[in-house]
Amino acid sequence: MQIPLFTPNDDPGPDFAALVRRLGLDPQVPDSPVTDRFPVTHATTVVAVRHADGVVMAGDRRATAGNIIAHRAIEKVFPADRHSGVAIAGAAGPAMEMVRLFQLQLEHYEKVEGTPLSLEGKANQLAQMVRSNLPAAMQGLMVVPIFAGYDTRRGLGRLFQYDATGGRYEESHFTTSGSGGSLAASVLKQGYREALGRDEAIDLTISALFHAADDDSATGGPDLIRGIYPVVATITAEGFERVPESEVAERFGALVSVLTGRELGGVRIPETSSETSAGPRAGDGGPIR
Amino acid sequence: MSMPFYVAPEQVMKDRADYARKGIARGRSLVALIYRDGILLCAENPSATLRKISEIYDRIAFAGVGKYNEFDQMRIAGVRAADLKGYTFSREDVDARSLANNYAQILGQVFTHEMKPMEVEILVAEVTGTASTDQLFHILYDGTVMDEERFSVLGGEAEAISTRLESAYRADLPLIEALSIAVAALAGDERRIEPADLEVAVLERTAGRRAFRRIDRAALAGLLPDAS
Repeated sequence: MQIPLFTPNDDPGPDFAALVRRLGLDPQVPDSPVTDRFPVTHATTVVAVRHADGVVMAGDRRATAGNIIAHRAIEKVFPADRHSGVAIAGAAGPAMEMVRLFQLQLEHYEKVEGTPLSLEGKANQLAQMVRSNLPAAMQGLMVVPIFAGYDTRRGLGRLFQYDATGGRYEESHFTTSGSGGSLAASVLKQGYREALGRDEAIDLTISALFHAADDDSATGGPDLIRGIYPVVATITAEGFERVPESEVAERFGALVSVLTGRELGGVRIPETSSETSAGPRAGDGGPIR
Repeated sequence: MSMPFYVAPEQVMKDRADYARKGIARGRSLVALIYRDGILLCAENPSATLRKISEIYDRIAFAGVGKYNEFDQMRIAGVRAADLKGYTFSREDVDARSLANNYAQILGQVFTHEMKPMEVEILVAEVTGTASTDQLFHILYDGTVMDEERFSVLGGEAEAISTRLESAYRADLPLIEALSIAVAALAGDERRIEPADLEVAVLERTAGRRAFRRIDRAALAGLLPDAS
């Protein structure tokens, strides 16, 4: 591979995406809806919550293609650089590519300029990438990421959500994206308090993902057989840190035992005709709780 | 039509080499040496912002001496080449050797074909798992590449500094000792270099993905022997 040299007039500066475009390495936009031709793999639910020392990001591990589970252990939460992370939802292929280019963009800027971009600058950079994906989104390859990071200049965690047009919206409490996003959001809304501790924030994201998976078929719950748990990461002044899988498993275990405790002793409304004839029926005065 | 005067090719090359060497000798020198935990890069540089030493890729660093705008242009081109290669193929496929060859091609091309040679010397260093496989590629203004072992010295006073370093160098030095012999070799016997006139960075063998770390001047004061 040759070293790319430019004259001062047409130098792309610290913009790696512009360099990629200049060299013709950016992907072609499809000219008809892709999803009509074949099922596209989709990554689903991701969430992010602010807490006292920064932010927590989490994402389930399922990817679907139509009604098929395409992957059980896909990862949707990535470090963007030392003090920020990006979580993806939408068409998995373009989303992964966007993350790769975004990570490189931040590192490239930092190396060329000798200083990292501000958190605001990183959020805007991602907005531009989402916006440049709009033509592909029109053909069914939508990517809607979440960006979160620790703003080292202001000393606080910040969250950004996006829409398909590249709209960038800063959120003060929590944000979600993907098919189970609204289900997860209602759990976060109930559980969110100002200045949560790290552990509480992690538990809240875990609970949100569990309930999203409970009601959304495209969101994966914890897979106890294979030991696959959501990816959870914290971003604080110390940087991006992935929560160890053992800790996530432990916290899921605690959640499951709380939920199981609630179910015990309760009698379900009968759902099959055989049970209906044998057991108590609603309206018969049976113990319905 | 006027004909240009005939000048022997030997003379042209000699003039260009002299020109480049003079330009390089105007600046301060730089040393890189392999120590126990990685590669130390140490330059005499009074500026805290216009840098001679930089990160190129995960385990690769760049150092340049001579004319700032020329080696900085090379540095940015190197970052671009490395990032593009890692993007197109994989991060593992980015290596110092191919980058050094690329630099040599450019410098060689400029030296023979352009009006003015580049007044720079470049070092491409790559840290690996063990000191014996660490790489130091030293590229001269005319495109000559040297694959150096143990240490490398760039700049006008390279010979004198190399001699001093040769006598002090030992394998497997800890950082603090490596730094002290590097600074002593740069300074010579007659003078002392203060931390405010140094630019120091390391490629750490055991670091995470990005091995490059700058040692800022405040930290440097703690690592260097006292003035007394």
